[in-house]
Amino acid sequence: MTDVQMPAGDQAQQDGPMLAADGTTLKRSLARSLRRRKIQALMLIAPLLLFVLLTFVAPIFDMLYRSVENSIVSNTMPRSTTLLKDWDSATGELPGEDVYEAAFYDLFLAKERKDHTKLGTRLNYERTGLSSMFRQSGRGMDKIADAYLDPLKDLDKDWDEAEPWLDLMGDADWVAIAKDARAEEAPNFVPNAEIVTLLPNTVEAYAEFQTFLKEEDPRKRLGREEPWGLVHIALFNDLEQTDVSAYSGPGADRLAEASQLVQSGTVDIPTFAMGFADAHDGWVNIEIWRTIQTYSPKATTGYFLNAVDMKLTPDGAEFRPEKERVYGLLFSRTIYMSLVITFSCILLAYPVAYLLSNLPLRQANLLMILVLLPFWTSLLVRTSAWKVMLQQQGVINEVLVWMGLIADDNRLALINNQLGTIIAMTHILLPFMILPMFSVMSTIPPSYVRAAKSLGANNWTAFWRVYFPQSVPGIGAGSILVFIMAIGYYITPAIVGGNTGTFISNRIAYHISSSLNWGLGAALGAILLAAVLLLYWAYDRIVGIDNVKLGG
Amino acid sequence: MSQTGQNDAFVEFERVQKSYDGETLVVKDLNLTLPKGEFLTMLGPSGSGKTTCLMMLAGFETATYGDIRLDGVSINHIPPHKRGIGMVFQNYALFPHMTIAENLSFPLEVRKMGKSEREAKVKRALDMVEMGAFGGRRPAQLSGGQQQRVALARALVFEPELVLMDEPLGALDKQLREKMQFEITRLAHDLGITTVYVTHDQTEALTMSDRVAVFNDGRIQQLAPPDELYETPSNSFVAQFIGENNTLEGTVKEMSGETCLVELANGAVIDAKPINVSGIGDKTRVSIRPERVEFNKDRLQEGAHLLKAEVKEFIYMGDMFRTRLSVAGNDDFIIKSRNAPDQTRLKPGEMIEIGWLPDDCRALDAH
Ligand SMILES: Nc1ncnc2c1ncn2[C@@H]1O[C@H](COP(=O)(O)OP(=O)(O)OP(=O)(O)O)[C@@H](O)[C@H]1O
Ligand SMILES: [Mg+2]
Repeated sequence: MTDVQMPAGDQAQQDGPMLAADGTTLKRSLARSLRRRKIQALMLIAPLLLFVLLTFVAPIFDMLYRSVENSIVSNTMPRSTTLLKDWDSATGELPGEDVYEAAFYDLFLAKERKDHTKLGTRLNYERTGLSSMFRQSGRGMDKIADAYLDPLKDLDKDWDEAEPWLDLMGDADWVAIAKDARAEEAPNFVPNAEIVTLLPNTVEAYAEFQTFLKEEDPRKRLGREEPWGLVHIALFNDLEQTDVSAYSGPGADRLAEASQLVQSGTVDIPTFAMGFADAHDGWVNIEIWRTIQTYSPKATTGYFLNAVDMKLTPDGAEFRPEKERVYGLLFSRTIYMSLVITFSCILLAYPVAYLLSNLPLRQANLLMILVLLPFWTSLLVRTSAWKVMLQQQGVINEVLVWMGLIADDNRLALINNQLGTIIAMTHILLPFMILPMFSVMSTIPPSYVRAAKSLGANNWTAFWRVYFPQSVPGIGAGSILVFIMAIGYYITPAIVGGNTGTFISNRIAYHISSSLNWGLGAALGAILLAAVLLLYWAYDRIVGIDNVKLGG
Repeated sequence: MSQTGQNDAFVEFERVQKSYDGETLVVKDLNLTLPKGEFLTMLGPSGSGKTTCLMMLAGFETATYGDIRLDGVSINHIPPHKRGIGMVFQNYALFPHMTIAENLSFPLEVRKMGKSEREAKVKRALDMVEMGAFGGRRPAQLSGGQQQRVALARALVFEPELVLMDEPLGALDKQLREKMQFEITRLAHDLGITTVYVTHDQTEALTMSDRVAVFNDGRIQQLAPPDELYETPSNSFVAQFIGENNTLEGTVKEMSGETCLVELANGAVIDAKPINVSGIGDKTRVSIRPERVEFNKDRLQEGAHLLKAEVKEFIYMGDMFRTRLSVAGNDDFIIKSRNAPDQTRLKPGEMIEIGWLPDDCRALDAH
């Protein structure tokens, strides 16, 4: 608006949008100030949010992921699993030579990376014996390759030496540096240009070998390592097809000799299938190939099926034989015992909470301290104390025997069974029932019961019809709390549960820390989580979650 | 409840005492007789023991000493639910998990009444408080006044002969209070129910009751119909507590039957009616209602003693004039005069002379 002579009308027209523009700036500045506040609030809770995300949400998703994740098979055996897709196991015939060849490459590389035992462990979950089969097969792969190396070695010892291979394969400049250099210092492998056209497969295999060397141990001198059998096999294949007589670079004589040998056709090379059969007789077992085929996909339902006592077979999911089923029993036992524990907690906690909320303040405080007392001692100590109490020679049995209520040779089995777990866990979870109950009961004014009595109800009716219904939200809150804690409880059942009183979480812990079958552990955990959510949902439908009160 | 009780003593407190802690008496020597059908209000400052009395009558507290009789029968050892006393609590205590109809049906159910009879009675009780349309609702879905009416209906639905109410209107606004005061008294009279009503609102007490028991310090200070209580308070606590009141302190100078002369601190002498003084030389506190003070000499008796007063403040209140005076060292002496065409409007600073009929000035105890 620098133009002073601007007509009045124009001025007004300018004013209109100006005002509007003013309006938007106001809005924007308001939004900005609000946003600043929001950001401040967010910053305040950011540490907690981050903590929860990192320690709670992320592990849960990781668990869910692990329970279906199965990339190890296809990652370790990429070539063979791709080929196996087309193999029809129903024909009853073993896979073809191409599959064995691919499996050889896969396993040879896996062996060099020492991944074959991991794969064995993974597949062993599905079929016992696979772990040792894979372990033993590592050496077998070398044997297969030796069938190619040995005739070459007979021609010239240099075929099994590191430096001559370096000279043959590498570019002269690169070789000069590589011979003395450590892997980390040497530049990436540069092949001899002439050789690349002559022996493409060999160069490829050798390049892979060099890359592996550099990755595996950067401090190794490149000139010291004799190449893998894979390189020899590739050389054999190349020589079968190429004429090397024109070549005159380093190692030309050796190459010519070898070429002659290969093309003469006198070398007796067994098939890969035969080599595999030599390595382990599992490799000619069609069932084992089926297992590998079934578990080839990157994601599997196998862990979940395992977790519900089923098994993934080439023909689909099927139940395990009766005597191998454990998880169904464990799940139902966990739920059943958690329900029993929740119920005994309700029965024991209700009177205590009632007293707490109706006693005069001083006594109520004392009682409250007694309720909270267990929190001051470690869980382990409390559980161990129950061991002392409940065992055959324990306090309770001794007292009963002393009083003559039971015979000395007929002591009660109170521990290392379900009863032990129920007793100890009821005691440990009791405060979590009492506290929500108390906080609900303490908000019920005494005038309701008085009103009921003044209306003619006797003590019991006044309690049952008026007091109890109002305390139900506390029971609900306590029950949800206790049940959910009980269903995932681990330490106490492990200590006092024996064989019959353990929970599913003990099994999960076993898979996580002993058998290292994390996938199965994760699947069991995911099912447990789903069960809790399902129960929560059912509770919401039946009782209504807004009927749950932790106070107020 | 039998019909054999005598009409003049339906509820009786006899020398009742109550102590919660064994050290102090909250109720001291309470004697009270309530005829059938009477509406009695217990009025008193906070902590004076009103609720305690009610609770002893309802059976939720036991008397430490003394006897409480209902219809001639001692109820000290009868549990609350067998006393058949209807009760309205201060917070109404409507059961939140039941509908209004279920709340009302509760006392009938515990009396094992048949379903159809129950429903008829619930309906009648709800209609009685004009809440017939709300039977299906929960208490939380009602307004305060509606809850109050439901609480009343619930206390009446099982047809008790005695109903106790502990500050039932405490939570309501002024207009609703007045409406409910009227309805409660109407119902109580229509149904012929004996009512004990607790409040610390004196207007409520005066407008609703047949008789009012003024409580203080665990004792009934005066038990009388409202007009008597207002016009002839029997001690200075009651005079102060009920209505507006002017007090002057002094000493009894002369006694002559129905009247006495009281000498104030500044030497002035006034006429009074001896109520709570025993003889000449007694310290006393005289009490005069503001509307009984006269400054127009024409309206006073011949020979009445007059007092000098200075006008401090004149407040126009529409129907009334309210004037604050300084009289014999008391700066808060209030007089009220009706707003009539011939009424004088006093001005601050003006010096006037005031007086009253000896009957309107009561010489009471000095504390
Ligand atoms: N349960 C109790 N335990 C101990 N003392 C109590 C108890 N209930 C009441 N008191 C005491 O007894 C005295 C009288 O109480 P009460 O409730 O009868 O007074 P109130 O006249 O109803 O007062 P308000 O008008 O405030 O309701 C008070 O000093 C109170 O502190
Ligand atoms: Mg009270």
